[in-house]
Amino acid sequence: MTPLLTTRGLSRSFGGLKAVDKVDFDVMPGEIRAVIGPNGAGKTTFVSLICGRIGADAGRIDFDGQDITDLPAYQRVRKGIAYTFQITSVFAKLSAYDNVALAVQRSMLDTPDARQSSKALRGKVMEALRRTGLEDRADAQAGTLSYGHQRLLEVAMGLALKPRLLILDEPTQGLSDAEIVDFIALIREIAKTATVLLIEHNMQVVMQLAHRVSVFEAGRMIADDTPDAIRENPVVQHAYLGDGPDE
Amino acid sequence: MSFGPHLLLACLEGLVTAAVLSLTALGLSLVFGVMRIVNVAHGEFFMLGAVLAWWAASLAGGDPVIGFLLALVISPLIVGAIALLSERLVLRRLHYNPEATIVATIGLLYILQQAALSLYGPEARPVPAPFNVRIVLPWFGYSGYKLFVIAASASLLVATWLVLTRTRIGLVMRATQYDRETAQAFGIPVDRVYGGVFALGAMLAAVAAVLIVPIQQAHYLMGRDPLLLSFIVVIIGGLGSLRGTLIAALLIGLSDGVISMFFSPTLAKMIATLAVALVLVFRPQGLFGTAQR
Amino acid sequence: MSGAKAISLHVAVIILLFALNFLLPEYHHGVLARVMVFAVFAMGYALLFGYAGLLSLGHSMFFAAGMYGAALPVLHLGWSAPLAFVAGIAAGTALSLLIALLALRTTGVAFMIVTMMFAQVFYLAIIYFSPWTRGDEGFALDRQARIVDLGGNLVDLTNPTARYMIALLLFTIALFTMLRVVTSPFGRVLVAIRENEERTRMLGYNTFANKLVAVVVSGTVCAAAGAAYALLFGFAGAGFASVQYSILPLLWSLLGGAATTLGPALGALFMYYLVDITSGYTSAYLLFVGILLMLLVLFFPKGILGTARDRWARWLP
Repeated sequence: MTPLLTTRGLSRSFGGLKAVDKVDFDVMPGEIRAVIGPNGAGKTTFVSLICGRIGADAGRIDFDGQDITDLPAYQRVRKGIAYTFQITSVFAKLSAYDNVALAVQRSMLDTPDARQSSKALRGKVMEALRRTGLEDRADAQAGTLSYGHQRLLEVAMGLALKPRLLILDEPTQGLSDAEIVDFIALIREIAKTATVLLIEHNMQVVMQLAHRVSVFEAGRMIADDTPDAIRENPVVQHAYLGDGPDE
Repeated sequence: MSFGPHLLLACLEGLVTAAVLSLTALGLSLVFGVMRIVNVAHGEFFMLGAVLAWWAASLAGGDPVIGFLLALVISPLIVGAIALLSERLVLRRLHYNPEATIVATIGLLYILQQAALSLYGPEARPVPAPFNVRIVLPWFGYSGYKLFVIAASASLLVATWLVLTRTRIGLVMRATQYDRETAQAFGIPVDRVYGGVFALGAMLAAVAAVLIVPIQQAHYLMGRDPLLLSFIVVIIGGLGSLRGTLIAALLIGLSDGVISMFFSPTLAKMIATLAVALVLVFRPQGLFGTAQR
Repeated sequence: MSGAKAISLHVAVIILLFALNFLLPEYHHGVLARVMVFAVFAMGYALLFGYAGLLSLGHSMFFAAGMYGAALPVLHLGWSAPLAFVAGIAAGTALSLLIALLALRTTGVAFMIVTMMFAQVFYLAIIYFSPWTRGDEGFALDRQARIVDLGGNLVDLTNPTARYMIALLLFTIALFTMLRVVTSPFGRVLVAIRENEERTRMLGYNTFANKLVAVVVSGTVCAAAGAAYALLFGFAGAGFASVQYSILPLLWSLLGGAATTLGPALGALFMYYLVDITSGYTSAYLLFVGILLMLLVLFFPKGILGTARDRWARWLP
């Protein structure tokens, strides 16, 4: 099986700081991959390079067998790479419906037969809201939703893009334990149709969900293995688990 | 007169323009640098400075030296007070939102311009120079007052420069410019710094106007050109960069003197404005600035 | 259904304006025709400012492009009014495309300054080419050129009723175009760009292309207003290209509500009468403009209809 996403020698520095340093990385289709590491390890920079929010200094990125290193972000999204932000950034002044509709109408442009139908748009928006349990809040202003619901809305928008690779940047941050349980179920559900790349600090979530775990430290990927093997890995324990997660 | 002396004359005239322009532009640049706002009413502070200089001269009752010295004191003070007042009453309440600030300062521009028209009138009025010495050069005679303007502006610029780089006030301003939140956390009264900077910027424009008004005349619409030229200087020099502002003022002042001798002023203005707009589009950090964060 | 409510309101406004043609005394009839043309200008501006969040300080150049694009061919080439109208719109479209390609490389404050400077260049160009444009003094259009042959019927644009009806027609087209645009998926994308451009990009939108279209649509609508003004009122002058005519649509939009369809028109009407009435008492009407601008940004940043929408009628488009 060929990987859905590969990076080779991917690097990016800010000033003198090597935020991401020669990372070789592969994700298989259908996988749930967790990326962990201490703060400042370069995780967010790494996924930002993948989705194109920032440009790489060196190295290459392939998605589905195609070189996407120089594609602008919006074209990567159209190829099926969706990114949900670490800091919740739904459109606060728009309704939950409009938030999701923005994502849906974008993906509908790619399937011309459904293009004109506003009914089809409505159906798909409500479908995405239902999957995340937000259908009864469709008309609420996104900014007035609770924090947990805003995170779910963010996921709903990611889902509505019909991504092949969904990148979630610390999705459970700030959620209650009960919300986290629901969230794990939701990710499992999503993983049936999409590959998931997850930056996560909550080790319970990582251990329950991930098929493989990649560990970053100081811009480098220092380990890449199954969750159990990662737990036993002395290098990782020293670099990350040993210091204790600080959030 | 042959070409050499002709050019010397153009350069001297250019230096006068550059001297006054750098003072005005420095005010705009300070406000933009520290507060991150664009003050569209900056030219009106210049105009007010000139009109107040005329008023001071008429108060002095015909003695040009006393009138000039009086203007040099009260004009910046009154203009600074008006600037401080508008900063307190309006800009602060807008939380210095850049776009709302532009709209508000457009409003301020109209208010000041109309106030000047109503109270001062539509005439252009001369203000006597404090002294009339003619420096005789081998090729032509030159106004001693103009040379004084160049010297006075230069010393004011040096003084401002020293304040900014050598004193505690300057340090506080630079800290605020660099990082507002951190400055606040270190106990710098950012609010007061903002008020002070806005007033200082206006006062620099007012001083520039007091210096130039014996050469030009005071008129209620005279703020337009300095505003445009200051914008040009600040953009070419790099938004918020003081050194760039000075270099650009020299460049623009000199070339303005030279260009307007050879081209029609409308065409010169047109080309200059277009060039500056294109600089802003393709090199937003200015010709002399380095990219800022 | 909120959409139906909105459409009824817009239709009602048009019917009211139509009825006013027969009811208004001569003076106000003339004012309203003029205000409707300015309202089209305001709507074109507000589409960009209110919905896409791009604050331009140079829209006078698009209005003037339409004005001169229509008036110059009439003056120099003897074109007929309909053809000149099309030429004016085409000039606005071309200019706005050019300006968009340049100015959209900047954002925020730089965008405001750049648009202001391009407009200044345009204004200076009109002055510089005075032999053709008659500069500040401007020129009047021949009465003969303003009599239009529409399928055998002669329509005299100097006739107040014809003028009113054509202004109303243009206003209607502009209003419903705007309503259509802002309630369409494209309108939703523009609002998204205004709220958070980075996020919009990460939903797969080419935000540059969307903003480009917004500037061109906005510039074209403003040019249509400028062309209509020249042909209906028979005058073109450099004053319409000055900074003041870039500030006015901003003021109209802010006053009525920039992110509403009817707000800009309401703002234009309100403002026109405010200046009209105050200039009866004082020549310093700009003082009121200045004070009004300040009060608006301080206390009613969303304008009349924007505030109304927040308080009472969320369905207002």
